[in-house]
This record gives sequence, C-alpha cells and structure tokens, in this order.
Amino acid sequence: MNATVSFTLNGQPVTVASPRDRMLVWVLRDELGLTGTKVGCEAGLCGACTVLVDFEAVPSCSTTLGDVAGKAVLTIEGLALDGHLNPVQKAFQEHHAFQCGYCTSGMIMAAWAFLKKRPKATRSEIVEAMEGNLCRCGAHVRILDAVESAGKAMGGVR
Amino acid sequence: MRRRDFLQGVAVGALTFFFTTPLGSAPIVPTRPGTYPEDFNAYLKISADGRVSCLVGKVELGQGSMTVLAMLVAEELELDPAQVDMVLGDTDLCPWDMPTGGSLTMWHTAPVLRGAAAEARAVLLRMASKALGAPVSGLTLKDGAIWVKATPASRTTFGELVKGRKMERHLGKVKPKPLSDCTLIGRRVPRKDALAKVTGAAQYAGDLRLPGTLHACILRPPAQGLTLATADIAAAERVPGVRIVRDGPLLAVLHPQPDTARKALALVKGTFEGSEPDVDDVRIYQYLVDKAAPGQRVVISRGDVAAGEKRAATVVEAEYRNAYESHATLEPHTSVAKWEEGRMTVWASTQSPFVFRDTVAEALKLGQDKVRIIAQFVGGGFGGKLVGPGAIEAARIARQVPGVPIQVAWNREEDFFLDGYRPAAVVKIRSGLDAGRGAITFWDSTVAGVSQGEAELSYDMQSNRYQAPTVPNLHPLKVGAWRAPNAHTNAFARESQLDALAAKAGLDPVTLRRRLITDARLLRLLDLAVETFDWEPAPGPTGRGIGLACGAWRQGLVVAVAQVTVDKTTGKVKTERFLEAVDVGLVVNPDGARQQVEGAITMCIGQALSEEIHFKGGRILDKNFDTYLLPRFSAIPRIQVVFADNATSVSQGIGEPPVVPVAAALANAVFDATGARVTHVPFTPERVLEALKLVPAK
Repeated sequence: MNATVSFTLNGQPVTVASPRDRMLVWVLRDELGLTGTKVGCEAGLCGACTVLVDFEAVPSCSTTLGDVAGKAVLTIEGLALDGHLNPVQKAFQEHHAFQCGYCTSGMIMAAWAFLKKRPKATRSEIVEAMEGNLCRCGAHVRILDAVESAGKAMGGVR
Repeated sequence: MRRRDFLQGVAVGALTFFFTTPLGSAPIVPTRPGTYPEDFNAYLKISADGRVSCLVGKVELGQGSMTVLAMLVAEELELDPAQVDMVLGDTDLCPWDMPTGGSLTMWHTAPVLRGAAAEARAVLLRMASKALGAPVSGLTLKDGAIWVKATPASRTTFGELVKGRKMERHLGKVKPKPLSDCTLIGRRVPRKDALAKVTGAAQYAGDLRLPGTLHACILRPPAQGLTLATADIAAAERVPGVRIVRDGPLLAVLHPQPDTARKALALVKGTFEGSEPDVDDVRIYQYLVDKAAPGQRVVISRGDVAAGEKRAATVVEAEYRNAYESHATLEPHTSVAKWEEGRMTVWASTQSPFVFRDTVAEALKLGQDKVRIIAQFVGGGFGGKLVGPGAIEAARIARQVPGVPIQVAWNREEDFFLDGYRPAAVVKIRSGLDAGRGAITFWDSTVAGVSQGEAELSYDMQSNRYQAPTVPNLHPLKVGAWRAPNAHTNAFARESQLDALAAKAGLDPVTLRRRLITDARLLRLLDLAVETFDWEPAPGPTGRGIGLACGAWRQGLVVAVAQVTVDKTTGKVKTERFLEAVDVGLVVNPDGARQQVEGAITMCIGQALSEEIHFKGGRILDKNFDTYLLPRFSAIPRIQVVFADNATSVSQGIGEPPVVPVAAALANAVFDATGARVTHVPFTPERVLEALKLVPAK
C-alpha cells in the first residue's frame, strides 16, 4: 500500500508515494532516477548502496522509505556543490581509487560520513570505518590513500 | 595485406605469426584468427568540429582499456588523451574484436590501433601539405591543428581537412612514432573514466532508464542439474502490473518495478525435474581424480622419468588442491534487451560484445546482423562475463514482448548460483633433486580439473612428465575462465612443490630457483624482487614468514614475495606485505598497469585465504557475502609493485600475469612462518590448523 513520504534529498525536499517498507535503494534508483547508488547484495553486506541519512552512512538496500521520513538523505549525486567535487571525490579521482567503479559511490559516501566526524583519523581507524564496503577489483590500497588525503584536505592534517 | 603491414610496422605479429614461449618450445597460436578491419577509418573518426573518436570492440571493465587505448591514439595524433572520445563495445559501431579477457587488449588490439593511428597521422599530414602548399617535412601538429613550422599562421585543423568525412587516402605500412619521440607512453595520465565514476554518473547496464522498461525476475531451480517442470503462477498473477512470460523452462515475472517483480516471483510455485550431481565440496577432489583417471594422457614428456627418479637424492610427493571459486563481480550480470523492427538490441554488462552478439543470435535463431550488443561500463569481469546467459535470457523474454525493454538483473544469489566457477582441481606432483642440489632429476605431475596450461616455467628439468585429463564435462558444476585460468592452479602446485624440495634439501627458495632458471629475463626479475624486498633468503622455515613464487602468463613474467603472520591458535593468516616484480614488456600506462597488479594481489589474497564455493549436490550453499568471503580492508597488506625495465619488447597484457603466483607465495610464506605446508586453496583457518598438526615437534 502506497504512503506519501517526504524527506530531503540532496538538499531538496521530495515527496514520494510508495510503500513505507519499500527499500530506499529502489526508491532512489527506480522512483527518483538516481542510479549512482548501486545494488550489490541487497543484504547490507557489501556497501555498494551506501547513502547518508542525517549524515550517518547506511546501506540503502536495508533502509526503508519509512525510515527516512522527515530526514535528510544524501547520495553520490548530491555530493558535488556547484560543479565542484567534494574533497573525497577529488581524492578518489586523483588517486585513481577505483577500477570498475561499481563500489565507488558507496565507498565515497562511507568515507565522507566518516571524515566529517574524524578528519584526523589514523590509517587503522580508516580501515575499520571502511570495513563494511567491498571492492572486488582490489583498489583498497588506493582507497585508503584517497581517504587519508581527503581527510588532510579537509583540514584534518595530523 | 594491410593488416600484416600494420603488424610489421610495429614489430608485432600477434595475429598472423606464431609466438614462442620463453622456453622456445610450444608455439602459442592465437585462439582464433583475427579479422580486424584493414581500413583505419574503422577505428578512427574525425568529426566536422575536429573531435577524434576511437572505436574499439573492447570494453571498460575497470582495467583501464578506455584510457590506455586513448593514449595510443593520442600519442600518434599528438593529442591529449582527453581529446579522444572512446566508443567501446558497440557491435554496430565498432570493428570486430576478441573478448576483453586473457590479457589480450595490449597484446592483440593495441598494435593494430597504434598502426591505424599512425596511418591516420600520415594521411592527415599529406592532406595538410596539399591544403597549405608546404612539404610534409615542414609541418607540425598538436591538439588537432597542423601548421607550417616556419610560418605558424599558415595552419589548418583536423576538422577542416576531414570535414567529417571518411578519409579516402591510404598509405599502407606506416611506422608508429619511435619510442624516443613518444610523450605519453610511459607517463601517468588521468583515467578517462574517473569523473564519471566518482560522481555516480557512469552508466552500467542496470542504470539504463528506457521508458516502459519491465524488470524480469526468473524462476530458478533449487539446484544445478534441475530444470523447471511445472509452475503455479496464480498468486503471482494477482499482483497488479505483473506479466508472466514462459519460454520452455524459462519462466519470468515482469513488472515495472524491480523489487515488485522479485516479490511476485516468490509467489510462483515451481516443480523441477532432472538429477543433481551426487557430490559435495568435500568429496569433489576424489570425484575429479576418479572421473579424470581413465582419460589421463601424457601431454608433455621429456627424458626418462623413472631413470631420473633413481638419480634423485631428495624426493617430495604432494597433492595440491583448489576449491571452486566465484568471480563475484560486485555488479551482478545485468542486461537490457529490446526487440524492435526485427532487430534485437541488448545493452549488456559484458566482456565479449561480439560473442554475446553471436550467441544471442544463435539462441534466437536470428542472423548476426539482427543483433546489436551495446556494452556499458562493466562492474568487474575477471572472466565471468565472457559468456552471457543473462543476455540470452533477456533477449528471449524481450522477443515475446515486442517494443518493451526488458531488464534482467541477477541478484547476488543468482550470480553465485549461475556463475561459471574457477574449476576445482587436484594436482599431484612427485619430483626430486639431485645430491648436488642443483638439478631437478625428475618431475612427474598429474592434474585433474584443469589443463596443464602454464604448468611449466623455465626451470631446467632432466626429465618430466605431465598428465592431464581428456574427459569432457568433468565437472559436476558449471565452470568458466577465471583470471589466468589453469595458470594459477598449476603455479600454486609447482611453486609450492619447489619450495618443499628446497626446504627438504636445506636450500633457501631463491638459491634453488637461481640454479634452475634457464631464462635470463626471469632470473633478472627474481633478482629485482629479492633486492626490492630487501631480504636475505635462508632455508625455511625461518619463522620470518616470507615466501616467494614465480609465475608466467604467456610471455608476461612475475615474481611474488609475500610476508605473513600466522596465528597458531586460530589458524588465521594475515598478509603483512606483498611485492610483485613484473615483466610485461613495454608498459604503456604505468599507473594503469600498477593498478592491475595491486588489484590482482588483493583479489588473490581472497583466492588464497577465504574464497570457496560450498555446495551439496547441485545446491550452491553460498548465497551472499556473509559466507562467501571476499577480502575486506583489514586483510590488505602493504603492497609494492616494481616493473622490469623492458621497454624494448612487445607489450604483454597485465590482467592475468600478476594473479599467477599469489597463492603460492602466500603458501610458501605460511611454511616459512610455521613449518606447515598448506596445500589446499583456500587455506582457511581450519585448513591451516590441520596443516599445523602435521608439523613435527622440535
């Protein structure tokens, strides 16, 4: 049964008519056309669908539409401001911290949520923060380098 | 003749000539005769505004083909790679090519493309010469403009010269620029797919939003070997918007919403017929050995093995195994098919656009000209997307609903269930060293599950014998090509065995290899690896946990050095450091090549330590990433990559070679750490604990 649910998406208010228990990833991709958020496992195990809900990184495959009512959802499409890449995006671009790119949106969102809180994180804290995100191509070392350098760019120089 | 000219022009005969291995023995014959078009216009188009488009039948899997191929064109045409628009993997637009796999892009396609670009450059210069009334030798070009060196105001552009038309002039054999004049080859260039991938704009097959798309979820049997017999669709049909399509044993539930289609599918009750294989993930190894036995044939044989054994002072006999392993691309197989005006178009996640075209055409009994495959960004391949059962499913369903785009996106469970796995295998080796510890007197190997591919390396052996099975359909489960097929299985066995021989004879693993290696290139690479790792080899086990292994894929050579720690109470292996020294000839894009090596090491840490398909009969027990364990960030070591300076030789591909020695280097490192020899990939904590029990007490 459809419900009318309002939330903020990438800074803009949206209202969606869809079942409250529909998973957010389908609302984003199917209803709202934001396909930057990827589907990898549908069980919260791979992190490819990671988005931010009130600045917390969550798997959108395991978060319902009802869960985000009245909240602020941020996806990869909302990260760049006025055409300027976010520091994490920029670092991923510069470090070539991806190969196939399928995990990249989720990686960047997870890293951004973490760095907002802890820009001065140590390497091992970054490892721990990224542990829920899978990459199959093996870009891990570069992803860690990118997250570390993004933290520095955000003023978290250790 | 023109293709031959291209190839000769760049001193590469990948398609028309035989290559020999470093051993100088078995000729490597390309798996299929190439039919690359001879007209450079097939690869390069210059639009009226001067933009250069490059069309190639390869795809971007993440391995960087888009960037490195653009570099080659940009090098010849004096452009920035950003000025070259890559059109990849569209069977209507791009010239025929082999699949994107087997490390073939740099070996096969790159020289052809470079030759085409060199000819295009020469043609453009002649056109400019005529237009500007100046000799070619007086012209220079950069960024799409050509001008007279002495009078730079006298200039023209690619766009003005070509006017968006086909370039009619042909010059035949044109040599690419000499390496000394190259400004891009060997330099780090920004990846062309970076911006699209960090902004979420990169489009994968599942991201297509064609109006009216229906998402198709297909009823699967509970086990391999079974097919659909009957189906009760009444409950599913009651879901508003659902449509059901049946084509023989294929039953699909269609809905405009992907998640609703999936939920409706769960309401379909099917019965299945057929028989499951009577085997499981424990019994599989004996199953393979028994089934392969009657068909074992000697495929390589040199000298008298029995006599060689009599001369041996140190003999080791061991059995090496590896489990079935999934490709587990993060993007599951996905295709969108549309049947319209007698043609089938499939937007696909594919490594092989032309194979997909031909197999879709065959499955639907259509002419190849009635099928178009358009590759999208591919979310990982590793050999898993060389074949396209999902694309065929999408096409079969689309055929029944004309004009409606049909998306088939496997979910994770389907992706594990329907994958063609890296074959499980058993390699038995009995071999010996002479009393002087400088010669392998005999090497007797029998493999079941894979071929003898890359079983040999350039080690001197007085006698050897390799047996491999000729039994068709040996495997109870579907198998396929997995990054460096056969080679990594055989290298694991060979390099583990050498390590065991060295240890038993009281030699360190490097000294033994130095004595045995006959190829100067591999010997130099071994030295480079040992020197870069900054390691004083000593006979194992030393307790330091350092292991070495060598490997080859065609002429690409790799020496790997791993350092591990082993928790003897839990059996958990942690990779601390991993180095690969790599010789793949001329490295065109060093950062791209480095990424491939880093990726292969990382991926194969999973292969070696944790990845295994568990099954019982035809039931695949792994349904998601909770039991099928990919390496996560905490498993990643410090990684070092060093390339041999071998700029004068032909570029080899880089996707496969760095995979080959990883598991062996890790197993040898486990031995060096503990004295325990792990012989079963993956060496999970349970298997390490088993191996530790066999270590004699001091």
